[in-house]
Amino acid sequence: MASKAYDAGVKEYRDMYWTPDYVPLDTDLLACFKCTGQPGVPKEEVAAAVAAESSTGTWSTVWSELLTDLEFYKGRAYRIEDVPGDDESFYAFIAYPIDLFEEGSIVNVLTSLVGNVFGFKALRHLRLEDIRFPIAYIKTCGGPPGGIQVERDRLNKYGRPMLGCTIKPKLGLSAKNYGRAVYECLRGGLDLTKDDENVNSQPFMRWRDRFEFVAEAIQKAEQETGERKGHYLNVTAATPEEMYKRAEFAKELNQPIIMHDFITGGFTANTGLANWCRDNGMLLHIHRAMHAVIDRHPKHGIHFRVLAKCLRLSGGDHLHTGTVVGKLEGDRNSTLGYVDQLRESFVPEDRSRGVFFDQDWGSMPGVFAVASGGIHVWHMPALVTIFGDDSVLQFGGGTQGHPWGNAAGAAANRVALEACVKARNEGRHLERESRDILMSAAQSSPELAIALETWKEIKFEFDTVDKLDV
Amino acid sequence: MANKTEIGDFQTAQTLETFGFLPRFSQDEVYDQIEYLIRQGWTPSIEHEHPSQCANSYWTMWKLPMFGEKDLNTIAGELEACRRAYPDHHVRLIGYDAYTQSQGLCFVVYEGTTR
Repeated sequence: MASKAYDAGVKEYRDMYWTPDYVPLDTDLLACFKCTGQPGVPKEEVAAAVAAESSTGTWSTVWSELLTDLEFYKGRAYRIEDVPGDDESFYAFIAYPIDLFEEGSIVNVLTSLVGNVFGFKALRHLRLEDIRFPIAYIKTCGGPPGGIQVERDRLNKYGRPMLGCTIKPKLGLSAKNYGRAVYECLRGGLDLTKDDENVNSQPFMRWRDRFEFVAEAIQKAEQETGERKGHYLNVTAATPEEMYKRAEFAKELNQPIIMHDFITGGFTANTGLANWCRDNGMLLHIHRAMHAVIDRHPKHGIHFRVLAKCLRLSGGDHLHTGTVVGKLEGDRNSTLGYVDQLRESFVPEDRSRGVFFDQDWGSMPGVFAVASGGIHVWHMPALVTIFGDDSVLQFGGGTQGHPWGNAAGAAANRVALEACVKARNEGRHLERESRDILMSAAQSSPELAIALETWKEIKFEFDTVDKLDV
Repeated sequence: MANKTEIGDFQTAQTLETFGFLPRFSQDEVYDQIEYLIRQGWTPSIEHEHPSQCANSYWTMWKLPMFGEKDLNTIAGELEACRRAYPDHHVRLIGYDAYTQSQGLCFVVYEGTTR
């Protein structure tokens, strides 16, 4: 390479970072951003600025960049596309050489890609829509501590989605009363129960007391039902040290699964905890508090499909994905798009599902999709159809709001789930025949009959705020 | 909330995982599940175990998994033969999925008599 002369000053980003002829390498990390520039700024300049600011560039030329070969290290904006039905925004595709990122560090990837660039003045809005992780990078990440196949074998759950529920009221119960609610759910037929995300170690119920009573509840339910049971013990804490202390105690109590909030807790904590889980034979349930702050605005932030991919790499065996049919935001095709990213070994580009790149996951284990929030027994046929077997369906109010209590509510959901799986296996159309399937199952289950009556009028039919651009 | 006088008692039962909450399957219902297993391209396999040991991961295999078996009557016949040989054992049918290295289907077809 010929040496270059140093020319101080401010250059246009596109001179160096807009490279429409570039053909991305298999080892490049690719990103698609939805950009909304300030009026009058050319698209190529915006795209190049995003590439520069999320990789090697800064606003001014500096002499020390001539000591290296920035042509090798720079990010490149290589394609611009219109956003269907949107005149002010466009998609910018950017390729980053793999050497820009530390191996196995989702923290490092995100610090680059969604760091300073999001506050950049030339942009009004910026949204990271998708990342294509090269298989070479994926191989440096630990991923799910167990994965779908390992979890099924440990928990002895085959041929159906698992059933769970979050213990309510979410705050305020004593440890012993809380364990009672867990026991009732599990003896009634749930596979798993869950600490609410904001249950950590409050004055009314310290974590250690909760862990002990929950462990007793699980043991008794397992003995009585002949089934394996678990409860996601939330170890999310103020410090990593405290988090590991709680995880160690869960292990001491022979618990199968613990839980972490990956966005509020952070990717450093999450990746560390996932590694601990892998080393200690523990499963890891992941909650996603704070995600809607980041992913709900259609023009700014990070799409959840990116957060889901990052979680699979950082490590987790379950991830909340929304329900499509319940009380929380979620478009069906978009949800199916990122559910694939959690569970499959290869996901092809499919714009109708918001998937911008082919994604090869190689041998990375899969993550269970968790559907939770405002769902009840009438939703069961749709949920089984949408999410399939590799999912956890969590009915909180839909279990504990049953007029006979948690055990009967759990039984109602379990009967409904098994009736749906049986009908599906028989080749019946679950969504079209949902009423018939549930009503017939209720004939041998008074618990289900009462649940069907209790929740027959509840619907959540609002339009989603964040729709796919099609 | 429903009338308080109508509150019922839920009795805990040994339910033994998938399909444990449905009424015992009729012969035709078992056949439907076997047909599903065959359609999926899975390998049928039968296991049995005394109820006192059924919490273990491993139950005793009945012969070998029936690799390549597509005939419903053969599979149903083996289930029946296993039950006759071990009338006091639980008998379960498994569909091995070689792609996921998991079991696409697994449910107890006959329950041992001690229950």
